[in-house]
Amino acid sequence: MTLIRTKHNRRSFLKVSAAAGGGMVLGFNWLVSCKPAAENVVEVPKEWFNINAFVKIGDTGLVTIMSPNPEIGQNVKTAMPMVVAEELDVDWQNVVVEQAPLDTDLYTRQVAGGSQSIRRGWQGLRMAGATGRRMLLEAAAKQWQVPIEELTTDKGVIYHKSSGKSVNYGEIANSAAQIEVPENIELKDPKDFKIIGKPTKNVDGPKIIKGEPLFGLDIQREGMLISTIIHPPAFGMKIKSFDASEALKVNGVKDVFRVDTAPEEKEWSDINAFPELIAIVADNTWQAMKGKEAVKVEWETVTPGESSEDHENALEKAILSSADEPARKDGDPETAFKNAAKVIEKIYSAPFLPHNTMEPMNFFAHVTADKAELVGPIQTPESMRKSISSLLKMPLDKITVDMTRMGGGFGRRLYGNFGLEAAAISKKMNAPIKLVYSRADDMTQGTYRPAYKITYRAALDENNNLTAFHVRGAGIHGGPVFANRFPAGTVDNYLAENINVESNISTGAWRAPRSNFVAGAEQSFLDEVAEAAGKDPIEMRLALFERAIQNPIGDNNDYDPERYAGVLKLVKEKAGWGKEMPGVSRGVAAYYCHNSYVAQVIDVIEENGKPKIKKVWCAADCGIVINPEGAKNQIEGGIIDGIGHAMYSAVTFTDGKADQENFDRYRLIRLREAPMEIETFFVDNGIDPTGLGEPSLPPVMGALANALYKATSKRLYSQPFAQKDIVMG
Amino acid sequence: MASFTLKVNGKQHQVDVDPDTPILWVLRDNIGLVGTKYGCGIAQCGSCTVHLNGNAVRACVIPVSGVGDAEITTIEGLSPKAEHAVQQAWIEHDVSQCGYCQAGQMMSAAALLSQNPNPTDKDIDNAMNGNICRCGTYIRIKDAIKTAAKNLS
Ligand code: FES
Ligand code: FES
Repeated sequence: MTLIRTKHNRRSFLKVSAAAGGGMVLGFNWLVSCKPAAENVVEVPKEWFNINAFVKIGDTGLVTIMSPNPEIGQNVKTAMPMVVAEELDVDWQNVVVEQAPLDTDLYTRQVAGGSQSIRRGWQGLRMAGATGRRMLLEAAAKQWQVPIEELTTDKGVIYHKSSGKSVNYGEIANSAAQIEVPENIELKDPKDFKIIGKPTKNVDGPKIIKGEPLFGLDIQREGMLISTIIHPPAFGMKIKSFDASEALKVNGVKDVFRVDTAPEEKEWSDINAFPELIAIVADNTWQAMKGKEAVKVEWETVTPGESSEDHENALEKAILSSADEPARKDGDPETAFKNAAKVIEKIYSAPFLPHNTMEPMNFFAHVTADKAELVGPIQTPESMRKSISSLLKMPLDKITVDMTRMGGGFGRRLYGNFGLEAAAISKKMNAPIKLVYSRADDMTQGTYRPAYKITYRAALDENNNLTAFHVRGAGIHGGPVFANRFPAGTVDNYLAENINVESNISTGAWRAPRSNFVAGAEQSFLDEVAEAAGKDPIEMRLALFERAIQNPIGDNNDYDPERYAGVLKLVKEKAGWGKEMPGVSRGVAAYYCHNSYVAQVIDVIEENGKPKIKKVWCAADCGIVINPEGAKNQIEGGIIDGIGHAMYSAVTFTDGKADQENFDRYRLIRLREAPMEIETFFVDNGIDPTGLGEPSLPPVMGALANALYKATSKRLYSQPFAQKDIVMG
Repeated sequence: MASFTLKVNGKQHQVDVDPDTPILWVLRDNIGLVGTKYGCGIAQCGSCTVHLNGNAVRACVIPVSGVGDAEITTIEGLSPKAEHAVQQAWIEHDVSQCGYCQAGQMMSAAALLSQNPNPTDKDIDNAMNGNICRCGTYIRIKDAIKTAAKNLS
C-alpha cells in the first residue's frame, strides 16, 4: 500500500455542498434518470449520499461514479470510473457512470486531448476512490466501536472478521458522508487490483446498440429551432452582402442573418478562419438546409486564395532553405556529412487532412438575458465557456457548458467555434437553437492537419555506422519536427530544423499532432538507412537505443530508450521477425508519443495481384493497462485510422476552396481495406499509466510504407499512397 | 407541407412535413427517433441506414413522399429489447468507440444476415462497404457479424 496525503486535488474530495451540519443527504434530481441497467444486481436506491465529487452511494449499495472528462470515443468514460471503483473497492456491476458537469475546481483537467486523460487523471481518481473508502471504513469503525485497522472491504461490503460483522456500503453511506475528509489515505498495491486490468466493456455500449440519444446532434428541446450556417466557400474570403428573400420563402424558415462570432478575448482554442457567418434558422433541420441553399451571397476576397500547388512550392522552398536557428544541434554534423562514406537523403510529404468526425459539428444553445445554457460535443468545455463569456459579455457563472458523448473528436472538437456560433444565434433569435453543420460545412471549415514536407539525411561511415543525422521539416503554421525525440541522443552529430510556412488556411491539432506525419516519414527513412547499411531494421534500431542507454548524446532526450527498445523486442518476438514467411512482405516501425511507446510489424500479402494487409502485430507500453478491452480497441482504431489516412485521404485546394467537400470525393478507409487482423501485446511493467488515444496511429504509417516496399519494391514518399503509387487489393 | 402516414417500427405515425424531406429528418425531427444518424446526406457514409421492407437503405436520400406504405425499421425497432443477434454480438465484441456510426453499421449487418445467414468474408466486405467508421472499428464489426451469424444458425 502507498500512503499519500490528500492535499493534491483536495477540493475534489471535499463535500460538494455545505449542507446543514455537514449532513449529506442530498437529493439529486438528475439522478432520477440514473437507473441501474439490467446487469446491475441491486435495486434503485431511494436516497443517495454524496461522498465526494466523484462518488455517490445509494442506500441499496448502488454507486454512481462521475466521469470527469469529455468522451470522444477514447473510452475514458469507462476507464476513469474503473480507477475510482478500484480504490473504492466496489463491485463494478453495481456502478453507474455519469458524465460529470463542467467544474474544473472539482475535476481539474476536463479536457479530451493529447491522450492525457488517464495519465493526468490517474492519481486524483485513485484518491477519490480511496478517500471514499476510508470515510466508509471510519463510519463503520465508529459504529462498531472497533479499530479501523481491523476492517477490510470487498466488493462494496465492509467486514470485521473477529466479530463476524459486515455492512454494505449503502447502509453506512449516510454516516460516511458526515465523516471528515481524511488527511492521509492508503492506495492499493497494484498487485491487489481487481478492476484495473480486467477487460471491461464500454459503459455506454448498451445504449449505443439501442440507438438511445447520447450525442449532441440528438438533443431535442421544447421550442427548439434548428440553425444551419453558411461560411465563406474559400479561405481568404468574407461575406460582402447577401440576399435572403428566396430563403425566407422556404417553408419553416424563420430568419436569415449575419452573425459575428469572434470573442473579444481569445482562448488558444479560438482558431477559426470564418468568424463571420450567415445563419439560417428554421423549424426543422431539412427546412434549415433548404433555406441555406436559397440564400444568395456575394463574397469578397480579403487575402488571395491559395492552391495546393502553392503549398507544394512553398514547402519545397522551405526545406531547401535552412532554419534561422536549429531546433537542436549536437556535434559537428556538417563535417560528419562531408566525411561520410555514404549519404542517404530523402524527402517525404503529406497533405492537409480534415478531421471528419462521423458526427458533424453541432451545438445546442439557449441564451437569455441573464444566462446561457450550452450543451454538446466539446473536447475543451472550459475554454468554450470562457470564450462564450467574452462573446456574450456575460459573467462565467451565468454560463453552463454540458458535455454530451461525442461522435468522434480527433482534435477537431478542441476548437469550439460551433459553440460560439450556437450561442450568438440563440441570442439573436431569443430562443433555444441547435446548430447543425452539413458534412460540407464541416469538411471545408478548416483547423486541418497541416500539409508537411520533411527532408532526412543520414551519414554512414565505411563500416555502415550512423555518424550523422539531419532532419529539416516544414509545415503550414509550424514545422513538424520534435527535436529531442529519437534518433536524437543516439548519434554524435545531429541537426534538427523546423521551418514555418504561412497560409490563410487554418490548421489545428489532429490525432497525434505532428507525430501523425513525422513518425511515418522517419520510420520509412530509417528503413532505407538500414537497407543501405545492410542491416536488419530492428537490429539497427536496437543498437541505436543501446547507445542511448549506455552513452546518450545530450541530456534532454525526450524518451526512455529502454522502454522504446522494449516494445521493439516484444513485437519482434511475437511476430517472429526474421523467420522466412513465403508470400508475406513485412515492414516494421516504432514510435514514442503522448508518453506511450508503440512498435508494429505489418504483414502484406498478395491477393489478385494486389497487396493486401493481412495482419498488424502491435506492441505497446502505456504502463499499467486500466481496461485491456478498451485499450486494444484504441490501438486497433489508431492503426486502421493511420493506415486509412496514409493510404487514401487528402484535401486539396483550388484558389482557397477545398476540392473535396463530402465522402463522394474524400476517401476514408472502408471495411474491406482494413487489415484482416490486428494483434496487440502490452508490456507489463507496473509503471503509472499513460494514454492510448493517439500513440498507435503515427508509427503505422511507416510500418505500412516499409511493408509495401517489400511487396512492390516501391518506396513511398508522398501521402496518400494510394493516389499514384499503390493500388490495394 | 403535406400529411403522410408512415409505418415505423410497427407503429403508424402521422407527420406533417414537406414532401421532399428525407426520411432521416422525419425520423429524427418529427418522430423523435434519433438513433438513425446523419453523416453525409448523400448516401456515402451509411450512418443513416434503416430498413425499408427489410432492405438496408440510406434514409438521407429517400424523400418521405417516396415511402408509401413500406415498413421502416430503425435501430430502435430492430428488436424489442436489444436482443437481436447483431446487437448482442456488438456488445460481446465491444465494437463501439465513439459509437456514432454503429446504428448504421448494425442495420446494414442485420439486413445482410436476414438475406444471407451465412456470409463469407467477401459478402461481409460488400454489404458493409457503404458504412464508414472514422474510429476504425472495422475488425470488430466483422468479427461481430460472424458471431451473430453463428448465433442465428
Ligand atoms: S447520412 Fe446517409 S449515407 Fe451518410
Ligand atoms: S465508432 Fe466512431 S465512427 Fe464508428
